[in-house]
Amino acid sequence: MPLRKKMEPKTVNNNFKSEEYFINMGPQHPATHGVLRLLLTIDGEIIKKVEPDLGYIHRSIEKMCERDSYQQIVHLTDRMDYLSSHINNEAVCLTVENALQLEVPERVKVIRTIIGELTRIASHCLWWGVMGMDVGALTTYFYGFRDREMINDIFEETCGARLTMNYNIPGGVMYDIHPNFIQRTKDFVKHFKTKIPEYDRLLTGNVIFQKRMKGVGILSKEDAISFGASGPVGRGSGYSCDVRKHHPYSALDKVTFNESLKTAGDSLARYEVRIMEMWESLSIIEQLIDNIPEGDYKVATNAVIKLPKGEYYQKVETARGELGVYMVSTGTKNPYRVKFRSPGLSNISLLNHIAVGGKIGDLVATMATLDIVVPDIDR
Amino acid sequence: MNNNELQNLIGSWFPNQEANKVVETVPETEEGAEIKVPETVNPSLLSFSEEGSQFLNIAVKKEQLHDLMKRLKENPETNFDYLFCLTGMDWGKELGIVYHLESTKYRHQLVVRVNTDNRENPNFDTVCDIWKTAEFHEREVFDFFGIKFNNHPNLKYLFLTEGWEGYPLRKDYVDEVNMVIK
Repeated sequence: MPLRKKMEPKTVNNNFKSEEYFINMGPQHPATHGVLRLLLTIDGEIIKKVEPDLGYIHRSIEKMCERDSYQQIVHLTDRMDYLSSHINNEAVCLTVENALQLEVPERVKVIRTIIGELTRIASHCLWWGVMGMDVGALTTYFYGFRDREMINDIFEETCGARLTMNYNIPGGVMYDIHPNFIQRTKDFVKHFKTKIPEYDRLLTGNVIFQKRMKGVGILSKEDAISFGASGPVGRGSGYSCDVRKHHPYSALDKVTFNESLKTAGDSLARYEVRIMEMWESLSIIEQLIDNIPEGDYKVATNAVIKLPKGEYYQKVETARGELGVYMVSTGTKNPYRVKFRSPGLSNISLLNHIAVGGKIGDLVATMATLDIVVPDIDR
Repeated sequence: MNNNELQNLIGSWFPNQEANKVVETVPETEEGAEIKVPETVNPSLLSFSEEGSQFLNIAVKKEQLHDLMKRLKENPETNFDYLFCLTGMDWGKELGIVYHLESTKYRHQLVVRVNTDNRENPNFDTVCDIWKTAEFHEREVFDFFGIKFNNHPNLKYLFLTEGWEGYPLRKDYVDEVNMVIK
């Protein structure tokens, strides 16, 4: 007698009904990059609905702005999209300067633009590293952080901080650039030009990576506009939405660069747009770094800034997309109302639209290509 | 289109039957200042202003809000397909919404504002059937100002926890524990 009876395959009952059920993703999920909770309705592994639950780290920055002076507001904006902190600061400073009709020196404009583009590269480096990690390629994380570290060192020397820099003030920048700034930036540009092809060799061309990205999370151009998508998310769908092109600020009207556009609208397109943007940012830095005009690094403003009565709107392009600052002043030393139109909130609102019908694994990859920074959503 | 052309076109959509005179004064919403509508403009239910703002501003009554927004989006000459900012406002007596619109085709920009003096139960028609981005932004306004949006598909708190009392971004909100007033 055989020790084990031969197992007859069981007949599978195909009549059972699949049931939709409900799971939480987050708030402490490593792929959400912050305290973001997604409520997923799934059927097997197919996603039926994604509902973001926000507000875990909401600090009500808009309310805090109403009691702060215009100089103080600048510091709060660091804490929104902390990977674009310089550009956020710039947005507020530009709003205040426009309202005061204050013309800042050319030197300030160029410095702001160079550091802004360095910020964008640093942000994209981090995104690229984390993006690889989300789809299972751990090496990218170390590559991305290695190069980002060089930028952070440049920032530390000139701005005094590595992440939340607070380098901008209304009227200019806080200090003049460090004597090493130009040389170190040039060194970085030279270094990084050899590294982006390395990124491509490691991740972009990888077959597994391509298969996970291509045709996943498709967003059409019409939907991108309707959902208010901006930044690489919009441009991956062929929607020309670069604020630097359409409403140039600081020194961006003096440089030539191409708007990175892809028309496929899938995860791979959004990925490729960011890689292209790193090249464009390098090109912008190269055009400006040798021609930083001499002059003052700030113009004096009153210790107490009072904006004329009225409403002011300024938009800038952060690494994530369009940041709008809407300020209403009644003529006092505090703004009456400040609204930050953050790119993150609009970009996450389309997650349900592009993730439905896909798998949970694809949701992780799709979310990585949206490049969400949660404090930017929970302002 | 420049601001004047926009003003003429949009003003002609909502003619004011009752107004016989071409010139009328309309109160500027937030400041109470009075401006004169240029004589070339049709008497309209809308009021236009460029004062204190870099954009052309339209103040609309809440009954016409949805109709106006739909036409702004769908009219091929205006083509405002991009709602780039939706802001809740507490003007003291009144609550309101400010919509910033842009056309991705023509790149002209426009601000639409609507107010209500009903602080107990403020409500406006939703625009999220016109621009999908409005869904989340209207929920944010609902959180912080308590403004309700009629026909909104999923009107519940976006940031606040359920059962939160009061509307934090209103000017009369008091939280003695968590707010530091200098």
